Formats: sequence, C-alpha cells, structure tokens
Amino acid sequence: MTTRPSLAAVVSCLVAAAILAVLPFLISGYHQGLLTQVAVFFIAILGLDVLTGYSGQISIGHGAFMAVGGYTTAVMSYYHHTNLIVTMLMAFGICLAFGFVVGLPALRLSGVYLALATFALAVSMPQIPLKFSRFLGGSNGLQAQTVSHLWLYGVAWAAAAILFVGAWLILRGRTGRAFRAIRDSEVAATSSGVELPIYKTLAFGISAAYAGVAGSLFVLATNGYASPNEFTVALSLQILIGAAVAGLGSLWGVLVGAVFVGLLPEVSSSVPVVGSTHGQDVVFGLFVIVVILLLPTGFAGLLARLRVRLTRQSMASINSDPGTS
Amino acid sequence: MSAVQTREHPALRRDRLAALGPLGKPVNLILVGAAVFLLIGCLSSQIFAQQTVVGLAQGAVYGSLALALVLIYRATEVVNFAQGEMAMFTTYVAYQLTTSWHVTYWLAFALTLLIAFVFGMGVQLVFIRPVQHTSVIAVVIVTVGLFILIDGVVGWVWGADIKFMPAPFGNTVYHVGGVAIARQDIGTILVTIASVGLLWLLFQRTKLGLGMRAAALRPASARLVGVRVDRMLALGWGLAAVLGAVAGLMAEASEYSLQPSFMQPILLYAFAAAVLGGLESPVGALVGGVMIGIFLNLLGQYVSFVTSEIRLPFAFLVLIVVLLIKPTGLFGKKKVRKV
Repeated sequence: MTTRPSLAAVVSCLVAAAILAVLPFLISGYHQGLLTQVAVFFIAILGLDVLTGYSGQISIGHGAFMAVGGYTTAVMSYYHHTNLIVTMLMAFGICLAFGFVVGLPALRLSGVYLALATFALAVSMPQIPLKFSRFLGGSNGLQAQTVSHLWLYGVAWAAAAILFVGAWLILRGRTGRAFRAIRDSEVAATSSGVELPIYKTLAFGISAAYAGVAGSLFVLATNGYASPNEFTVALSLQILIGAAVAGLGSLWGVLVGAVFVGLLPEVSSSVPVVGSTHGQDVVFGLFVIVVILLLPTGFAGLLARLRVRLTRQSMASINSDPGTS
Repeated sequence: MSAVQTREHPALRRDRLAALGPLGKPVNLILVGAAVFLLIGCLSSQIFAQQTVVGLAQGAVYGSLALALVLIYRATEVVNFAQGEMAMFTTYVAYQLTTSWHVTYWLAFALTLLIAFVFGMGVQLVFIRPVQHTSVIAVVIVTVGLFILIDGVVGWVWGADIKFMPAPFGNTVYHVGGVAIARQDIGTILVTIASVGLLWLLFQRTKLGLGMRAAALRPASARLVGVRVDRMLALGWGLAAVLGAVAGLMAEASEYSLQPSFMQPILLYAFAAAVLGGLESPVGALVGGVMIGIFLNLLGQYVSFVTSEIRLPFAFLVLIVVLLIKPTGLFGKKKVRKV
C-alpha cells in the first residue's frame, strides 16, 4: 500500500526544480550564496522532519550532527585533499553511524527529556574542537578547499533534490508507516509488530545523515571554514524553527521553512530601523513566535486546511441544495 | 475522573512531604555519602575545601535557575528554554539602574526582582498562554523564539560588549584556616537561601501558595474548587522569573562582568541540575545544582583532562548518565501512565 504522488505534487516539484535550475544564471554570486544557504537548511530541515515529524522524536541538537558532517569535510579536505563530493558521502556515512549511536540512549528518553538531552548535545559539541585544537584547529577553525558559488549552488541543490526524493521513497513505504505508527502510539505500534528499537534508531540515523550532508555543504558555503563559532546552539535552534514553520510530518512545507530561516535574516537586515545584527535577531524571534501563534501546525498545516476548504467548496457547489452543507 | 479525584489529597500531601525532605530513601544514603566525602576532603586538603566553597556558590546559582525551570515545568509541563535569557535581560535592567541611573545596588536589586516578576507574568500572558494547549513542540518553539528575541533586544539596546556593574559584596576575601573564601561567595549562598526560603514559605504557608500548587498538580480539579488556574500559572511564571533574576544577578556578581551570552552555559548547568534532582522536585533542583557546582569544580581541580573548554560537555555527560540510569532523577517519582 505505497502511496503514489498526486499529479499536482509532481507538477509543482518539476516547476520548482526548473526554476532552481535556471535561477543561478540570472542572479549574482552573492544571491547564489544565499540560495545555497537555503539548500543547506532545506536538507537539514528535511532530516529533522524525518525524525521529529514522522517518528515523533524531538531534537534540538541537529547543529551537532551538522558539526560532525562539516568537520568531516574539513578534516578530509585539509589533511588528505579528498574530493569534496566524496567527503560529503563520508559525512553522510559517519553521521549515519553517529546518529545510530545517539539514537540508542534516545530510546529511553522522550518528549521534554529528549529535547533537553539533544539541546545539551548542541551546546556541548562546539567545545570539542576547542579542546582538541591541535587536530581540529581550535577557535580559528579548519580550512577546507574553496569552491565557486555556482559549483556549490549546483551541488547543494542536486543533493537537496536527491535527498528529497530519498526521503519521500523511505517515508511512503513500510518504514514510513512504522515511523508514523511509533509517533502516534508506541504501544499500538509495538503490538502491531513494529520493532521500536530498530525503527527509532533508524530514524535518528537517517536524520543525522541528512544533517551531516547539510553540515558539509554549510562549511563549504562559509568559504570552506569549519569553525566552532559557526556551529553554535543558534544553528540547531534555526533548524528546529525551520521545521516548525514548515509544519512537522509533511515534506511539502520544507522549502518554505528553509526559505524562512535562510532568507529572513538577510531580508530583515535591509529593513532601515532594525538593520543591525541584533535587529535581525529581534525580527527573527518575533516572526517565529507570530508564525507559531498563527499557524501552530506550520505551513503544511495551512496547506492542508486550504485543501479541505477547497474540497468543501467544490462539494458545496456540486450539491445544489445549500441546506445540506 | 472520580476515581482520580480520590487520589488527589495523598498527592498533595506527598508533595508537601517531598518538599520537607524525603525520609528513609536510598537518596538519603547517596546524599549522606556525598556529604561525608566532602567533609573528609575539606578537612584533609585546603585546596579541596577552597574548591568546595566556590562550587557551593556556583551551585547555588545553578540551583536557583534550576528551581525556576522546575517551577514552570511543574505548573505547565514546559521546559522554558528562554529562562536563562530572561534572567540575562533582568540583569541588564539592574545594570541600567545601577550604572546609568545611579540607584544603589540593593534598591536596584529589589526593583529588578519586581520588574522580573511583571516581566515573567507578561511573557506567560502574551506568548505562552495562546499556545499552551496546542503541542509540546509549539511551546518549546515559542520559548526558543523568545530566546532569540530577548538576545536580539538586549544586544540592540545595550550592545554586545562586556559591561561592568558594582560588586554587591565588595571584593573582600576572608581566610579561614588557610582557606580563602570570597565574601561574594558567601553572599551568593545567603541570598539564594533567603530567596528560596521566602518562596518555600509562600508555597507552603499561604493560601495563595496552596492555590498555586493545586493549579500545578490538578488544574481541572483546582478549577472546580474555585482556584483561578490561569492566574496561578501566570504567577508561577512571574516567580520563576524572579528566581532567574536572582540567579542572573548573583552569577554576574561572581563573574564581575556582563555580556548577552553569559547565562547560556549556566542554563545548561541548570538543566543538568534539574534533571539530576528530578524535573518535578524543587528540593531536587537545589540539591542537584549544588552537587553539579561542586562536582565540576573538583573535577576541574583534580582531573587535568577537564579543562574549562570541556566543562560544558561534562555537564552534558552528567545529564545523559542521570537520564539513562535514573530518568526520574534523585528526588523524582515514577509516573504511572495508563495506556
């Protein structure tokens, strides 16, 4: 019983892909960089959505997985001059393993406790390069190979497309059903034969692997520097916010969430009164709260509500008798 | 529902007993063991005693912030990720009062606590109440948004550079038997004891406190007997903000400097403390804070691997280990959940 994509979904995906493919040739390198940032958030939010939206495990620590992925790329590129694409695959693999490891203790935690533990992970992770500064470059960071804006744009969005399709394929079948069953009720899932430990750690692994690739691209997007200041807890918070704005448990809102966290700081910095670094935070924080107050289920929830309303209206227009609706 | 109601009075009673101090539990063995260990250590080594006193003062700060988190968690089952930033904001208010408007320190202290109370209530009314009944994730995200918002506002108004405030207890250092004890550390401990004591009196000896506890434990039944639950929840947020303000002011006083990020590590220690004590237990939060403060200081003194960079990850380790071995913490009670 695998779901098939609707025609509208396929068409909108193709249109989005076409726009993204043409766009870099129309805009400046700076704007390409911005959109690359959006792609990075897209991948990370996609990963978090698999974990939180589908398997119901909250994580405020995805910046930590991004850090692992980013440092994988930086270390391999700096010490061994490995091909950058290969380092991304390595980041995927290493973070997959790391995610499984983090997922094991997470089996015993849920809700608030899991949020706290992953938050602590996010706060602690940037301290690791400071401690092992000889190998990981300390607060100065580690320099990976630099790449052109266009190359990075292409690679980032290609990776985003592949990972999006990958997530869709995983979630539409047996695994996705197991995830959703766990999210809705662990007891019911277990009694229907879903093996909790396997699927819960699997969700963590997949999610972390996605974040790892995002981290790898993130490092390349910041001029190839992997430094602890880039992977602060704020990054984890941004990903979480992006996922909430997108709407958990739906892949269609992810692009909106990524645009929200990727572009809003830039847009708000051009607003005259609050155009400072701190003004950005003020606008961003306010927007986050307002969006959650107005749309508790995020953009995807809004879409779903619109769809319901549209179908109702068309049903009402079919039914000639207005009294029955 | 009626079956649940018969169990309510014992729950309140047990809660009161837990606040008075648990009697005859394995927790006591651990605590007595730790106390004996600390006593022997302090008597045999001056450096050990020194680190213990410093750790005690730091732990008092962690404990107050942890207590603020616990107050809110008990009332609304929400972990307030903005608690540290709220405390940071109120500390900046105190900075404004003392340095720019030349109010004396203790008057500014009192005014700050008042402002913190109103601020905490306002946050609950404006930001938390509308999402309270949606989902855990929505509330968490609102507090995360608050975190960023407060950070931005403080940076905007006061700038991100390091600020200095007058020291409330001066820089005197006493020498007791070869152990140097800063007057500031004693002051921190005393202020914490005083504020927690007052809070305890409020919760245990007044009708208002009873109402707040009832609203936190059984909101539906409390409403039925005429407790204004919403008002009580807002009060709880206000009191938590006051405790946070005390923690922030004392943390500032022992660090001698103020910058927008100064409460972030303390928030993490407070999380670890609250989890160690059991997220639902006020006593546990305080004991957990003190234990974590002392533990991290002694670790930094005697284990050369634990440098200042690795202090935070160690707090994280404490948190994880506690969660894995005893998820309910030292003082927490196991919740029985019906499927």
